[in-house]
Amino acid sequence: MAVSTWQVLVFGVLPYVSFALFVLGLIWRYRYDKFGWTTRSSELHERRLLRLGSPLFHFGLIFVILGHVVGLVIPKSWTGAFGITAEMYHIGATVMGTIAGVAALTGLGILIYRRRTTGAVFRATTRNDKLMYVVLAGVILAGMYATIRHQVFGGSHGYDYRETVGPWFRSLWMLDPDLTLIQDVPVAFTIHIVIASILFGLWPFTRLVHAFSAPVTYTMRPYVVYRSRDEHRGSRVQRRGWEGP
Amino acid sequence: MKVMAQMSMVMNLDKCIGCHTCSVTCKQAWTNRSGMEYVWFNNVETRPGLGYPRTYQDQDRWKGGWKLTKRGKLTLRAGGRWRKLATIFSNPLMPNIHDYYEPWTYEYDMLLSAPQGKHTPVAKPKSLLTGDDMAIKWSANWDDDLGGSTETMQDDPVLKHMSEHVATELEKTFMFYLPRICEHCLNPACVASCPSGAMYKRAEDGIVLVDQDKCRGWRMCVTGCPYKKVYFNHKTGKAEKCTLCYPRIEVGLPTVCSETCVGRLRYLGLVLYDADRVGEVAATPDETDLYAAQRSMLLDPHDPEVIAAARRDGIPEDWIQAAQRSPIWRLISDFEVALPLHPEYRTLPMVWYIPPLSPVVDVVASSGNDAEDGRTLFSAISQLRIPLQYLAELFTAGDTRPVEKVLRRLAAMRSAMREVNLGRDLPEDVAGAVGMTGDQIREMYRLLAIAKYEERYVIPTAHTEIAAELDEMACSLDYEGGPGMGGGGPFGTASGAPTPVAVENFHALASRQTADHPSTPGRVNLLNWDGNGTPEGLFPPGHHPEAHDGGTPGSSAPGSETGPDKPPAGD
Ligand code: HEM
Ligand code: SF4
Ligand code: SF4
Repeated sequence: MAVSTWQVLVFGVLPYVSFALFVLGLIWRYRYDKFGWTTRSSELHERRLLRLGSPLFHFGLIFVILGHVVGLVIPKSWTGAFGITAEMYHIGATVMGTIAGVAALTGLGILIYRRRTTGAVFRATTRNDKLMYVVLAGVILAGMYATIRHQVFGGSHGYDYRETVGPWFRSLWMLDPDLTLIQDVPVAFTIHIVIASILFGLWPFTRLVHAFSAPVTYTMRPYVVYRSRDEHRGSRVQRRGWEGP
Repeated sequence: MKVMAQMSMVMNLDKCIGCHTCSVTCKQAWTNRSGMEYVWFNNVETRPGLGYPRTYQDQDRWKGGWKLTKRGKLTLRAGGRWRKLATIFSNPLMPNIHDYYEPWTYEYDMLLSAPQGKHTPVAKPKSLLTGDDMAIKWSANWDDDLGGSTETMQDDPVLKHMSEHVATELEKTFMFYLPRICEHCLNPACVASCPSGAMYKRAEDGIVLVDQDKCRGWRMCVTGCPYKKVYFNHKTGKAEKCTLCYPRIEVGLPTVCSETCVGRLRYLGLVLYDADRVGEVAATPDETDLYAAQRSMLLDPHDPEVIAAARRDGIPEDWIQAAQRSPIWRLISDFEVALPLHPEYRTLPMVWYIPPLSPVVDVVASSGNDAEDGRTLFSAISQLRIPLQYLAELFTAGDTRPVEKVLRRLAAMRSAMREVNLGRDLPEDVAGAVGMTGDQIREMYRLLAIAKYEERYVIPTAHTEIAAELDEMACSLDYEGGPGMGGGGPFGTASGAPTPVAVENFHALASRQTADHPSTPGRVNLLNWDGNGTPEGLFPPGHHPEAHDGGTPGSSAPGSETGPDKPPAGD
């Protein structure tokens, strides 16, 4: 079966478009809008539900992301070389992935419930946030659906995305997308991939940018920071990078 | 020895009348914006009382500041770097809005637009956070003047720590006011807690600031500061704090709170200190030694060795001179009457206080004795154990001796100067009893009672090479985009390139006149209106012709842009 036009668009064009948006968007946002680059924490308004939901969501998500990195980036032959059979991998990935996914989804559920029901938090929710929540929840839901449908209830080996989605994903990075690999992927995965691409395209323009300022350097710097006023030149605004002297 | 300069403040608590002028002028200048409704860079709390936010001094609960580990190492009480990162997704040690108070406005519009009826229309309180009706239960100074404190006073963390039951009958208790701003600490726990490194201590004058471009809203600084003087702007998602009015300080003007203080009780000036000793002093093993230890790291600006070291470390000549004339140095080290607030937090705070003698004077006077007689006051000071111990809990980690010494000096000054006022000689024996000379008493009296503006505020301007760069001194509107620049970027009010302080003020003024407010959309929040111009929405539509041709929201603001707080232009 030949690769159809919509498949070219979804698997060959959309990923590049969203990746370009993602990278250029992040650069643009960082240069233009450092002031808007924040978690916009709402802990001041509500503490109890956040304490439950936010760690659940974030830690769940961290494991989900790690799982994706392993699943998509590392070729099957490599894990095989370590003596990990496809079966072991499938069970491990499915169990851990499901736990992490459920944690993230539950956390997100709590966060969204909190956002809707706490008056002050709801008022602080922008339209941008709402769109982001829809897409974010969409990605996770679609991913969970694909996992449960095909991995948990899909027979003993599930759907082996490491033969199809993984190589396709890597071929994108070689700038030589091999669409024949992915053309028979189940619909659930297609939906997950499409929404994920949209999420990455939206990322720089939402509050999610905070993920890219995870403060890892904190562990290495001295506690007290001194800074000279000269660096800052009073309160006069500095020219933006692209505007010349 | 590494000499650094620190702009510091001393407040003379005896003179504070609790009028809150400082809080209000500060708010008008800096935090009169949405997102900052609950923020008081300067607040005045009645002691005994709960403080703002409530019970902030209870570090067992809020875990602000530093502590020593069992091995005597200094660590953040809320946990070190790794712990911060592990708990970054939620921070239960951050006070909730209800620990401050839920800001509100009134439905003023109802007073005008309610239909005619039997009953007087009322302006109901509306939450500024949710827009809903609300019952007002607390505010920034709810227990002002011990109001309602028979119910809450025993929750005062200071009293709890003393495990002392103070008479809650108002006529039997003591009371004084404690105005508070950020301490601009030498070992700031807020800076140490900031994961993104956005907070910093300015190397030149020690002012502690938040870089708004680098803050990512991790809100750990709020926990870190034991004085709870970093606030979270819930609109922009960034931390903000008292800036010691640095745009004013840089041009030699005192802070807004000092400038407007009705009691004229605030002093501003430089001290020189040995930055190499910060870690060692903050790790002083015994809490009660911290006051003395911190004093020992302040350097005598008249000492030739210190002067030489200061020159070596690049402190300009006029700054050294300013340090020599500093009222702060004199109050802390010459007269030894100023004490740090809660030294046991180990942040080495640099806003110090002259503890109030008034609780003692009040008791003596109300018992019918002569409250200006040295001997009577001295014996009252040592007998009134509870006020003394309360002050010691605030200023010397519980050690009553330094507080007693200060109060005795103030009492000696009081009685000695009465003699002088009555035309008699200054009694040297009274001065000698507190380890001072008559001349010292006179000088201290001069500084505390009649010092003029230039003596209270000794502020060297930002150094000349860089002064020309300061936007505040040039025309603040020669800035691309100018004052016409729009309010918010594409991601809400918080986004877009940062604006210089002056332009920001301009926009803040324009936007706060038309700030969104839940009760009557499209109308000016009168609480935020500064009385200038007729911004759109000042009058209900159709009631006033000007409401329609009022132009853009900012159209009335240029006149007010150079308000009374604006530093004079220069170059
Ligand atoms: C490791 C990097 C990350 C860190 C340190 C981090 C930290 C935070 C913090 C501190 C908050 C504010 C919570 C509050 O006080 O209200 C937050 C909120 C949030 N984060 Fe993250 N985050 C990270 C990565 C991510 C990622 C990868 C995503 C999603 C793809 C994400 C999605 C969210 C969402 C949706 C919220 C808003 C929660 C709400 O209030 O409803 N974060 N994050
Ligand atoms: S008082 Fe000021 S400098 Fe000290 S820790 Fe708090 S915010 Fe930081
Ligand atoms: S303005 Fe002065 S007298 Fe009034 S409350 Fe503030 S510090 Fe006290």
